[in-house]
Amino acid sequence: MIDAARFKPKTVYVTYIAATPEAVFDALTQPDFTRQYFGGLAVEVERRTGGAFRLLAPDGSVHVSGTVVEWSPPRRFACTWTMASMPQYELPDCLVTYDIAPAGGCVRLTTTEAHQWDIPDAILSGGRAGWPAILSSLKSVLETGKPLAVKLEQPAEMLAALQALRR
Amino acid sequence: MSANKPTFVYVTYIAASPERVWEALTQSEMSEKYWFGYRVDASGKAGERMTAVNPAGRLAHDDPIIESDPPRKLVYGWKPLYRDMPEERPSRVTFLLEPFKGQTRLTVTHDEFDEGSKIFGMISNGWPAVLSSLKSFLETGRGLESSWGEAERKRAGEA
Repeated sequence: MIDAARFKPKTVYVTYIAATPEAVFDALTQPDFTRQYFGGLAVEVERRTGGAFRLLAPDGSVHVSGTVVEWSPPRRFACTWTMASMPQYELPDCLVTYDIAPAGGCVRLTTTEAHQWDIPDAILSGGRAGWPAILSSLKSVLETGKPLAVKLEQPAEMLAALQALRR
Repeated sequence: MSANKPTFVYVTYIAASPERVWEALTQSEMSEKYWFGYRVDASGKAGERMTAVNPAGRLAHDDPIIESDPPRKLVYGWKPLYRDMPEERPSRVTFLLEPFKGQTRLTVTHDEFDEGSKIFGMISNGWPAVLSSLKSFLETGRGLESSWGEAERKRAGEA
């Protein structure tokens, strides 16, 4: 059992999407969707609380692994993230929560990245740059069927801060 | 920058050119289709006025345009004219439009609030709804109908 209260929200991104809550939930949890908007990553998730969660790169390598903390379709999907692609930094897991709420003729999707340690802003810059690109593209996929061309790259300040952690 | 003075930053990527995004941000015929009925005219030069007329036909904003560099950067003051608004000094909105592969990365920064500002909480709820609707409007031709927009329309009629 994972104690979600240990994690403090550090980055929150809200977007409104012209789609049903079910369609947004599917877009977050099905690999055919995530490949289109999540930097080519395919989600692989056991559809139950406590199940395994992974984001796989196109070459099959594990980019992120974790555990489903809450599986409540179509309202909430939360999982821990272990940055499997960067084991050398030994970063503590973070918690990513998607909240889906009906909001009139559309839905409000709130994405929250929460951390259990005093993480420097420089390391948070990765998510702060990435989430708007990923979630803008998710919205376009659901509303137009077409993802955006977005560039997902790790900010230089994040890489420098990660290097500093190892010293 | 003081840590106590709140700053709101929101980034969205839009499948439209910076020129199109600029038009939507500055021309009232476009804004009323996505900004929940508000007619926002920010087409003037620096030193001229940005005005916003609410769906009930009342003037909601009459603020200075601080910088206008189409289609890259737009800065204007922000002081809602509604009588039920908390009395606070004007804040500042900056729109930065950056092209990327025929699309636009739009960054909205709303700052110059005093510590403990109540208006800050309102704009923090408002911008994600407005900018999500702007993106939908430019990509699909239709703005969003959201409960935030409904509440805002209702308020506009009453305030």
